[in-house]
Amino acid sequence: MEKTKLTAKDFSSNLPVKWCPGCGNFAILNQIQKAMAGMGLPHEKYAVISGIGCSSRFPYYVNTYGFHTMHGRAPAVATGVKLADPDLAVWVVTGDGDGLSIGGNHMLHAIRKNIGLKIVLFNNRIYALTKGQASPTTQPGTKTKTTPEGSLDWPFNPARFAAGLDCTFVARGIDFDLAGNAAILDRAAAHEGTAFVEILQKCVPFSDKEFDPLKDPQTKDDNVLRVEHGKPLVFGKGKNKGIAFRGFRPEVVEFPAGKVPEEVAVYDETSAEMAYLISGLTQPEFPVPVGVFKAVKKTSYEALVAEQSGPPADLDALLAGPDAWEVK
Amino acid sequence: MTQNAPKKNVKVSELNSITIRFAGDSGDGIQLVGNQFATATAKAGNDLSTLPDYPAEIRAPAGSLGGVSGFQINFGDDSVLTPGNKPHVLVVMNPAALAVNLKGMEKGSVIIVNSDAFSQQALEKAGYSSNPLEDGTLGNYRVISVAASALTEAALAGSGLTRSQVLKCKNFYVLGILYWMYGLPLSPTIEWIKAKFKKSPETAAANEKVLRAGHDYAESTEIFDARFQVRKRKIKPGRYRNLTGNEAAAYALITAAKLLKRDLFYGSYPITPASEILQVLSKYRSRDVRVFQAEDEIAAICSTIGAAFAGSLAATGTSGPGLSLKAEALGLAVITELPLVIVDVQRGGPSTGLPTKTEQSDLLQAVFGRHGESPLPVLAASSPADCFDATLEAARLAVKYMTPVIVLSNSYLSNGSEPFRIPEPSELPKFEVPPLPPPEAYKPYLRAPETLARPWAHAGLKGYEHRLGGLEKQDVTGAISYDALNHERMTQLRAEKIAGVAREIPPTRVYGDPEGDLLVAGWGSTYGAIKQAVTAAREAGLKVSSVHVRHLNPLPPDLGVIMRRFRKVLVPEENCGQFRLLLRSSYMTEPVGLNKVQGQPLNQEEVLEKIKEVLRGN
Repeated sequence: MEKTKLTAKDFSSNLPVKWCPGCGNFAILNQIQKAMAGMGLPHEKYAVISGIGCSSRFPYYVNTYGFHTMHGRAPAVATGVKLADPDLAVWVVTGDGDGLSIGGNHMLHAIRKNIGLKIVLFNNRIYALTKGQASPTTQPGTKTKTTPEGSLDWPFNPARFAAGLDCTFVARGIDFDLAGNAAILDRAAAHEGTAFVEILQKCVPFSDKEFDPLKDPQTKDDNVLRVEHGKPLVFGKGKNKGIAFRGFRPEVVEFPAGKVPEEVAVYDETSAEMAYLISGLTQPEFPVPVGVFKAVKKTSYEALVAEQSGPPADLDALLAGPDAWEVK
Repeated sequence: MTQNAPKKNVKVSELNSITIRFAGDSGDGIQLVGNQFATATAKAGNDLSTLPDYPAEIRAPAGSLGGVSGFQINFGDDSVLTPGNKPHVLVVMNPAALAVNLKGMEKGSVIIVNSDAFSQQALEKAGYSSNPLEDGTLGNYRVISVAASALTEAALAGSGLTRSQVLKCKNFYVLGILYWMYGLPLSPTIEWIKAKFKKSPETAAANEKVLRAGHDYAESTEIFDARFQVRKRKIKPGRYRNLTGNEAAAYALITAAKLLKRDLFYGSYPITPASEILQVLSKYRSRDVRVFQAEDEIAAICSTIGAAFAGSLAATGTSGPGLSLKAEALGLAVITELPLVIVDVQRGGPSTGLPTKTEQSDLLQAVFGRHGESPLPVLAASSPADCFDATLEAARLAVKYMTPVIVLSNSYLSNGSEPFRIPEPSELPKFEVPPLPPPEAYKPYLRAPETLARPWAHAGLKGYEHRLGGLEKQDVTGAISYDALNHERMTQLRAEKIAGVAREIPPTRVYGDPEGDLLVAGWGSTYGAIKQAVTAAREAGLKVSSVHVRHLNPLPPDLGVIMRRFRKVLVPEENCGQFRLLLRSSYMTEPVGLNKVQGQPLNQEEVLEKIKEVLRGN
């Protein structure tokens, strides 16, 4: 089929966007609209399904079919949409509370089935729409309205959660990293099966400073590790640091700029084990990894369903069954 | 009868109907024998009604009281509407089955026992300190002892099968005896055996041999001195098959989708007693029948909502606890006005309750059990075969009115079976998706003037791109609206739309005279018991009539007028008075209740007794 030529602008619904000024969501909205345009399908072949939360307002701002469903249930609704019409490009937009707390079960089963959903989880580490309660990704010690003395919970690491479930596509981006996200989202758009993309996203009222060290020109290079398939895991302002694996233990090694020693690991996005290890790197010991952590080929659930589905049955034969009897 | 003409001096009695109860250990193949007997009676031209009654445990300890599995069948002429109350014949395969079922037997009735199973150990497990076959316990019954295990072993001597394989065949020995007693043909069961054990011809041959041996034994043994001929029914010509309520609901969903020319999407999560709908539909997976086993009850209905958004005829099935989990999503289906069918196969509750037993206790949950003002149509099926018509009607209403519709079945209907007349294509209702306006005139909430249904423009259609969601909608445009008066208007529109479904309800049929002393008003699975009781009451000269209500929300418009023509109204139901509450609040009447919550269906005798009691109080 010939690709439809649309631009990001064609995917704007022209409704006033009701996120707070400065919210990280604006940038992500724009990037997803671009990724959709890149898929080359006609307008009506996209469906954006969301749950409840700030991120879940998303469908209203995209000029396609959209469904703002219930808290946590977007993957389940989207599964029905995709199975009913596998020709649709189905995007799920969710957040850390929506996707990993109330909707955790649906999320993990969608990933397990490898159904063709493009799941973008906006991780702002807070319940923002309900005005500032701890979420399942809130970092330990964080003071929120429900954790006035600091959160005691161990947080989920969304990308690692997906990698641990053998998701066939796992990536992480940061809201302000336009170029990085564009690359990730384009690949997610093209992936067969479940694509899981975590995007770290700041929330101006409730987690404004959360990702500043990743953005500050002075600190960002030491705090962000850009993961690329086939390339060594190198970071640092002077390209002078890398990740080496001692057995299964990752370690930061330093070296003179440009002279990457052999012990620095070369990334392999087809390795489930590497995806699990890399997504587990957290600050302060390690930089925050971003990029595509995993991309493997595996037949999607909807393709398996299509393969197993025979021709439609004849209604009369079906109703009569094998053992009908005639009464005259 | 001619093909099995008795050779000995046998008394043949002719009856309108006979009730037989098979009982044994849950590993004894009781359900199998019961279903085979049902098929044989159906093919012999009888009407019938069956009721399996099995424990919640897959295999309770062998020989224990808790592990007794039962199957009751009532067969005969047109008067058969229920599986019967007290069996005329009880077939027990072990002492526990006797202990559990004896209390339900009338004195003088027949008990056929597998005497080989009455060992000291088995008697102790059943709580007997002495053998009831010998100690006079059964003095008031006609007991026919058959050494079924030994006779089966004798019949299969030299077959090369192991002893345990041989003993597995003993239920067919007993079945053979019963076929002789009721003059039923062996051929349907033999055909079934051959098909079932296609891959193991020696097993097939053994079972057939045992079935014939049982039949021959009854014919040649003096202890069987009576045969019964059951009157056949006057039946509407056509093709028939025996269906359980769950099978009927599953076939109705496929039929509805075919009539609608849309794909069927069935998303469900296993739950007793609704799982069979999911299983039956799974067998028919195809390009136009999509079946999705979801990770939980919530995902089941959510996937269904997604499929409806994408244009499928979408349905889900569950039981009470699952309906509770689906309540939030039903709210979304109500506000987004998407068509869905939800089959609730009720069971004893609350919580896990009596998961394999029957009840009618989800009525108020179905009508009211959601957050916010969220009305939706509720229909009830009245018999196993009626699960087809009720589900088909639910699907038709769902699409015509763009609304979720709940169909209430229950364990009794879902597992019970009766002959189902296969509809001719011309007899099926018309299904139409209301036409869409052209894209430029399309508004997501622009309603059809008569039905108030919004247009069903599904995802994927060019030119109709729109956004739906759980937030309140602006009238007509469907844009998000927090406007106070708009919310009230939309609430009223949704209510008015559902109230308007009343125009689809045909005039209520009154069984009996249009006025009198007592109207028995029932709904759902109590249909057979009520009709038989009212027939008996009328034959006794009482001024009693009955109505049976399919549409529980909205209620039939003529129901109030009908009730006022009777001095009293009696509402029998298998709950604590839920339909009675609806009638009281809707019509300001004061009906009398007959309420049973024992996990067992109401029977004719109980309803008749209550009718007499109410009328005595007149």
